[in-house]
Amino acid sequence: MERHIQAPINREEVSGLRAGDYVYITGTIYTARDAAHKRMQEALDAGAPLPLEMLSNIIYYMGPSPAREGRPIGSAGPTTASRMDKYAPALLDLGLIGMIGKGKRSEAVKEAIVRNGAVYFAAVGGAGALLSRSIKKSEVIAYEDLGTEAIRRLQVENFPVIVVIDSEGNDLYETARTEYCDLCS
Amino acid sequence: MRMIDVADITRNIKEMCIEANHFLTEDMDNVLKQASEKERAPLGRQILCQLQENLEIAGADMIPICQDTGMAVIFMEVGQDVHFEGGVLEDAVNEGVRQGYTEGYLRKSVVGDPILRQNTGDNTPTVIHYEMVSGEQVRITVAPKGFGSENMSRVFMLKPADGIEGVKKAILTAVQDAGPNACPPMVVGVGIGGTFEKCALMAKKALTRPVDQRSEVPYVKELEEEMLGMINRTGIGPGGLGGTTTALAVNINTYPTHIAGLPVAVNICCHVNRHAVRVL
Repeated sequence: MERHIQAPINREEVSGLRAGDYVYITGTIYTARDAAHKRMQEALDAGAPLPLEMLSNIIYYMGPSPAREGRPIGSAGPTTASRMDKYAPALLDLGLIGMIGKGKRSEAVKEAIVRNGAVYFAAVGGAGALLSRSIKKSEVIAYEDLGTEAIRRLQVENFPVIVVIDSEGNDLYETARTEYCDLCS
Repeated sequence: MRMIDVADITRNIKEMCIEANHFLTEDMDNVLKQASEKERAPLGRQILCQLQENLEIAGADMIPICQDTGMAVIFMEVGQDVHFEGGVLEDAVNEGVRQGYTEGYLRKSVVGDPILRQNTGDNTPTVIHYEMVSGEQVRITVAPKGFGSENMSRVFMLKPADGIEGVKKAILTAVQDAGPNACPPMVVGVGIGGTFEKCALMAKKALTRPVDQRSEVPYVKELEEEMLGMINRTGIGPGGLGGTTTALAVNINTYPTHIAGLPVAVNICCHVNRHAVRVL
């Protein structure tokens, strides 16, 4: 099913998304990958505030290539989400509602998604040039010294993603391949 | 004896870093196009079409095909009658990468120490593999390697009794474990034989062979074709979201090995299997 959502997004709207839905996101989302997650975890451990509000927000696991003059961003596709599995449950428990990445998630992340009524989206890996067209504005808001791994606030328009793990814990990576798997029977 | 100024090496490598990150080789373009025509899954077809559109945008707007513009892996096949002048070859290679990644708006993804993890800021150092060959030419292959797929690569130290069935199982295991993480459809580079490090290097180099070119060794050619068929029956599909296109090619290189061993390396690359080749 094709859907359009506005980010940030509330729990009620997320509860209507199902694994396999093709979703276009418009609004504000944030980027963070390995090094930024490590720092956020260190901030949480130290009782310090996080550089962005988690409640109702979506984090895109992405580190862009540099923007050419006059463009908001360079190539901007998803990175492998499982490297953030260690950090994601704590952020979900703080209200993080969505994650965009690619690849499988751990059981602990799936449980945190269900517990918090959140969602995991996949963007098409290796399509960074195409995806950059849906990003209209990009601004570093924290950890600038991390370069491509800094936290960015993005304004996106019809950013295309697919629901992989929905708020009930259905996982498209597990179900989608069975139809085409001749080796699975 | 032929003299080559290392400044020529720097200039070529700079250009090749930019070229490889914006344009795939013709064989890769073709195999992706063929895949989108053959794919059975509707969502899979849609993803394969998006990948083609992505390639068009990358070339037209000069935006890297993928934001992970890789760690630059460089194969230098150096004719033994070549003498380099004007500086140290290794420095010239790294300077080419530095200039290419800086001037070409490519992402700097290299950290100076694997544990301390401070970004070097210019994507150096590169990983260089030298090979001495006959003649007075230098063949340079620049292959930027992304780590989504690199992380899913494996070395299996099989035993002789495992035989070809063991090899097949190893390749299939690596591919299935990689699944959606490695941005399928993948290109699978395999090294069989040699030693621990030799098979890994062969697997890496196999990725630079055109995907429409099969091994000249009859049983290896058969194995490449059989494994491609088997991998495409796993159902993983484009983006890992189901389908009949999980790999675009399986390229296998072999080498003599020890009486006690059967090393197998599987180097997985995503559909952005990049390389630029020049002969100086």
